[in-house]
Amino acid sequence: MKRRNFIQTTGLASTAMLIPNFLKAQENNPIKNTDKIVIVIQLTGGNDGLNTVIPYENDLYYNARPEISIKKNEVLKLDNHQGLNPNMQGFKNLYDDGNMCLINNVGYPEPDRSHFRSMDIWQTASKSSEYKTTGWLGRYLDEQCASCDKPTQIMEIDDTLSLALKGNNAKGLALKDAKRLYATTSNVFINQLSKQHAIGDHQHDNVEYLYKTLAETISSANYIYQTSKIYKSAATYPNHQFGKSMKTISEFIVSGVNTKVYYVSLGSFDTHFNQQKRQGDLLQQLAETVKVFMDDLKKNSKADDVLLMTFSEFGRRVSENASGGTDHGTANQIFLFGNNLKKKGIYNEAPNLADLDEGDLKYTIDFRNVYATILKKWLNTDEQPILGEKLEYLSFI
Amino acid sequence: MLLERDKIKHLYNRAGFGLTLNDFQTKLDFQSCLKKLFSTPKSYNYLQTISLAEVEDAQQKIKQLPKDEKKELKQMLKQNVFELNNLWLNEMMTNESQLHEKMALFWHGHFACRSINPYFDQQYVDILRKNALGNFGTMLNEISKTPAMLQYLNNQQNKKDHPNENFAREVMELFTLGRGNYTEQDIKEAARAFTGFGFDKSGEFKFKKIQHDFDAKIFQGKTANFSGEDILQIILAKKECAYFVTKKIYQFFVNDSIDEEKVKQLADTFYQSNYNIKVLMQSIFSSDWFYDEKNVAVKIKSPVELLVVMFRVIPTTFEDNQSTIFIQRTLGQILLNPPNVAGWNGGRSWIDSSSLLFRMQLPQVIYFDAAITVEPKEITPESKQEMQMTMTENYVKKLAAKKLNAQSDWSAIYNYFSKATNIENEVAAVFLSKKIDTSTLKIVKANSDNSTKNLEIKNAVVNMLSLPEYQLC
Repeated sequence: MKRRNFIQTTGLASTAMLIPNFLKAQENNPIKNTDKIVIVIQLTGGNDGLNTVIPYENDLYYNARPEISIKKNEVLKLDNHQGLNPNMQGFKNLYDDGNMCLINNVGYPEPDRSHFRSMDIWQTASKSSEYKTTGWLGRYLDEQCASCDKPTQIMEIDDTLSLALKGNNAKGLALKDAKRLYATTSNVFINQLSKQHAIGDHQHDNVEYLYKTLAETISSANYIYQTSKIYKSAATYPNHQFGKSMKTISEFIVSGVNTKVYYVSLGSFDTHFNQQKRQGDLLQQLAETVKVFMDDLKKNSKADDVLLMTFSEFGRRVSENASGGTDHGTANQIFLFGNNLKKKGIYNEAPNLADLDEGDLKYTIDFRNVYATILKKWLNTDEQPILGEKLEYLSFI
Repeated sequence: MLLERDKIKHLYNRAGFGLTLNDFQTKLDFQSCLKKLFSTPKSYNYLQTISLAEVEDAQQKIKQLPKDEKKELKQMLKQNVFELNNLWLNEMMTNESQLHEKMALFWHGHFACRSINPYFDQQYVDILRKNALGNFGTMLNEISKTPAMLQYLNNQQNKKDHPNENFAREVMELFTLGRGNYTEQDIKEAARAFTGFGFDKSGEFKFKKIQHDFDAKIFQGKTANFSGEDILQIILAKKECAYFVTKKIYQFFVNDSIDEEKVKQLADTFYQSNYNIKVLMQSIFSSDWFYDEKNVAVKIKSPVELLVVMFRVIPTTFEDNQSTIFIQRTLGQILLNPPNVAGWNGGRSWIDSSSLLFRMQLPQVIYFDAAITVEPKEITPESKQEMQMTMTENYVKKLAAKKLNAQSDWSAIYNYFSKATNIENEVAAVFLSKKIDTSTLKIVKANSDNSTKNLEIKNAVVNMLSLPEYQLC
């Protein structure tokens, strides 16, 4: 903020782009109040929670799912009631090491069973009956980073940006491959345009907004490419897109890129048909990658700084359907991973299969309380302006 | 004050999808342009890709056939939604009644809706286009009774003793009054009044008496045995409704930042005209303040506007009709597939680092066959029965690092600029909404291939389309 004000008042705005990149990287204004990092993994399509964490002693579960239930002897047991899908050995190991916390029955009142709408609700942290046009992480950026000159503080590993990372004034950065983005933004025409256009301070001027976005994109791409060149991960990540994305995140973190929140998606978990194989494959991808990732960070002494959260827009119905799958449901579990969890293991009671709402699980923890906890207790940020109200914190961190 | 030709340009940018090359070659005067925009269309064409019988036939067969053949039929229905999307885009590009088409796009965002049934989509689009400049109350009533909307907002499940409030809530929150002008109790009571609003097999509205709650309702302080139509009437009688709709229209057509005084005056006019949309739009476009500098070239084009404006001047076709949908999806606005019933946010929400870069690369991708380097996010279909407008992921995968293979016709453009002495200047005058810095024009020129006159023209145009300034209208 200070630097920009200085430049404006001295009328040297156009030289901002001429500052050598290595200087820019240093003065890039990182969020100061925390050195913690959050990684959000979105399980797109509605992951079936009951075949992820299996209530293997519960007859109601087996009665509701004669075809697709996971057999008791295959379950990776967490305690005397609940166990993980057999494809999730990675999570089991992290659980055994005290690096995992499982929160059951997370949801919200008046659940919506449309993928799009429910994802909207999770991404914007709105109530079921309201429409918000900005994402919760975008608003975090608005609050924390009004004066940052690059949107690298929150980043999505993808080609396009999710609503979750769009704020009112600031928006996160989307990229899948630092080198490719750098190549795109190194285009001569694009660079010349950006350089010749002085950025003033006319907040309502959309030409300025566009050129500002362009300048920030170029400088972010440059900053990330230059910074992340420092470290290439030696760990062996699984060879799929999600594995690649998590490897990218690990390299950014270890290299010291200033990003506080990373966002990445895996899917589609929309298993209306032949669920077992499809969900099994995806859970395998998820669990093995997260395990490699956590080990990678530990090896590089970064694991203490990182909190990782998984979520899905909804869980699925308790009863299976006639096609070997499950249809859209409601409450679901959230997994958290980190080296510094206060509550290790299982946070709360398993889903109550005897008390359903028209065949669906009832939520007992509102996801906004999870967000509030992460914002306040991990990112050291007041959640009220971001979530619109004061919320109670949970005790997992 | 703008010069007359700049006024005409601004008018066409907002009241339509920009001037055509032909318009630039004709001597236009402002008053006749204005008159033409508001004239009644000579003919009206219902956009159709599929008949009800064909949809029903396909749905019937889907129930009975083995899996592979089912897939084909579902593909066929999906193709029809793509077709309708393309047909509508084409209408925006070519239809002479530009204001009607632009208004219809506005109403699509206002009465945002999508349907898995291409026939329902057709009916819905027809209501938007037919009433685009008509009476808002009439359109509201028709929208409230069209199968696409009734299905989208779950009114088929809204029954006496089991009310579903979704439709009643959105009608008030998003279509008419806006938050703060009704109570939760109003929603509950209105939902009861809308019970029985449904549709039959032939895709027509049907009032299902047996599901309707005929008891008295208390709505907005009045008590009576209200029907759904009565509720809409009571809503329309509130000035807040005129204000709410006018404000959205102002933001869409004039400026993202509201001039509260102007909006209030316009809302009064709208209300006094009994919601005559034409009257409202006339008072906007014939005002002086609409042409103030502060309102010119300040709106960020939506992805659909961007495409239509571009293709209106450079006729462009694609091998695969999913190509335009790929572009819409990557830029964040797919016709007939709004994100939710609140429509698109518009304004600056269109632009983030990745969407801006894609916008700036797009002209190269379309007109110089540059490779595609991005992949939009997957869209999850809403249910196993749903054949909504998700693009087959195969197509996206096929496109990755590939080309769109667009065909475009540059002959008119080459011809138009053949005598130009300063190509960049003249290209800018046609393609950009406002004058830009000479330093920017120099960059456009410096990055051109000038080996032939035509190449020079094409390069200047493509570079101009890639500018941040081109995103504005």
